[in-house]
Amino acid sequence: MAAELRLSRENLNAPFLQKLGEISGQNVFACYQCGKCSAGCLFAEHMDVLPNQVIRLLQLGDEGVLAARAPWVCAACLACSVRCPKGVDVARIMEALRQLALRRGIMPVQLKLDREFPQIALVGALRKVTP
Amino acid sequence: MNRTPAHHPSPITHYPSRLLYFPGCALKDQARGYEEATLAALAALGYEVRELPRWNCCGTVYALAQDDLMRHVGPLRNLIRAQEQGAEELLTLCAMCYHTLSRTARFVQNPENLRRLNAFMDEEEDYRGSVRVLHLVQLLAGLAERLPRAVKVDLAGLRAGAYYGCTLLRPRDVAVDHPERPEVMEAVLAALGAEPVCFPERVECCGAYLTVTEPEAVRLRAGAILLSAAQNGAEVLVTACPLCHFNLRERRPLGAPKLPVVYLGEVLAWALGVKPVPEALAPRVGVRG
Repeated sequence: MAAELRLSRENLNAPFLQKLGEISGQNVFACYQCGKCSAGCLFAEHMDVLPNQVIRLLQLGDEGVLAARAPWVCAACLACSVRCPKGVDVARIMEALRQLALRRGIMPVQLKLDREFPQIALVGALRKVTP
Repeated sequence: MNRTPAHHPSPITHYPSRLLYFPGCALKDQARGYEEATLAALAALGYEVRELPRWNCCGTVYALAQDDLMRHVGPLRNLIRAQEQGAEELLTLCAMCYHTLSRTARFVQNPENLRRLNAFMDEEEDYRGSVRVLHLVQLLAGLAERLPRAVKVDLAGLRAGAYYGCTLLRPRDVAVDHPERPEVMEAVLAALGAEPVCFPERVECCGAYLTVTEPEAVRLRAGAILLSAAQNGAEVLVTACPLCHFNLRERRPLGAPKLPVVYLGEVLAWALGVKPVPEALAPRVGVRG
């Protein structure tokens, strides 16, 4: 995230936000920051930016959120998605952020393939890092 | 289980006695015991279960990105295989297969999505959108009234905690029950004569495939789930997901309760007398308290 965040109308029309909307099918401006997604997230304690903060940064047009670790810690368990009172599918926004990062060559996770995982674990993890 | 939930999908009570079955990779490998037990039990219940010919990977993870149709091709191909067999239902045992296949079936209920995918998959016959993806727990819930009469081995005293995980309950449009307060697994366990135990963590994620990239986060989850189950009196955890099964066993932290983790189909097979109750659990079984 940028150390200094400039608020301007232009940020709201940032091309990356439009792309995010296309990939996720979600409207980040529907979010009213109740924080329910972060409250119920089982992996929030491992995230650098909480799910509701990710959405806030997107609302402000901060492209720096693409470098956040949070989308990679997301397990796509969909708890936030079924609980959001505004019907925002947060898991789809996390997936869109991963896709945008991957398509720019950013992949801040390490795959530790040093033991016998079930195929579903391997395919799931590999799908997550496939642009 | 006397709570009345806010919303429950109406139970399905009529299925044909012949069923087409989609196994998926885990049921042919780590979860072979789940398949064996379930198929033997369904045969004992009078079902003729046939494996889907030429099935391929379900995709494992349902594609959440909306600008990439390619990732729906794998699961849809399986639905086309089922259509070729003239099947109206496709039975799944693995919760992850149920999830990807049922969400894909739902995705192509939209005529435009169906048209685009059919156009893209030129080498296949067109999918007509009629296959209904079914999970074992839905099938058993529909038989809940019949099951007690089929029970051969008394499981009374087996305090079983149903662990749903994510993929059977979320999102709502493919959920087998209420996503926050489900009771379908408990109802099936009760119909089989076991004592269902509810615990808060039963609907919370185990970490799924984060087990590859964030094993420590998954270890914390496995510990929380096992502790929650044990503190509420469960002596065995029952799941329908091979990935939950793996994480709850292989990511169990030191000092966490050592609850056995078994598959729903295994409990079914014990109750129907087609598979023996494992020795570790045998002392708990048949003792009415």
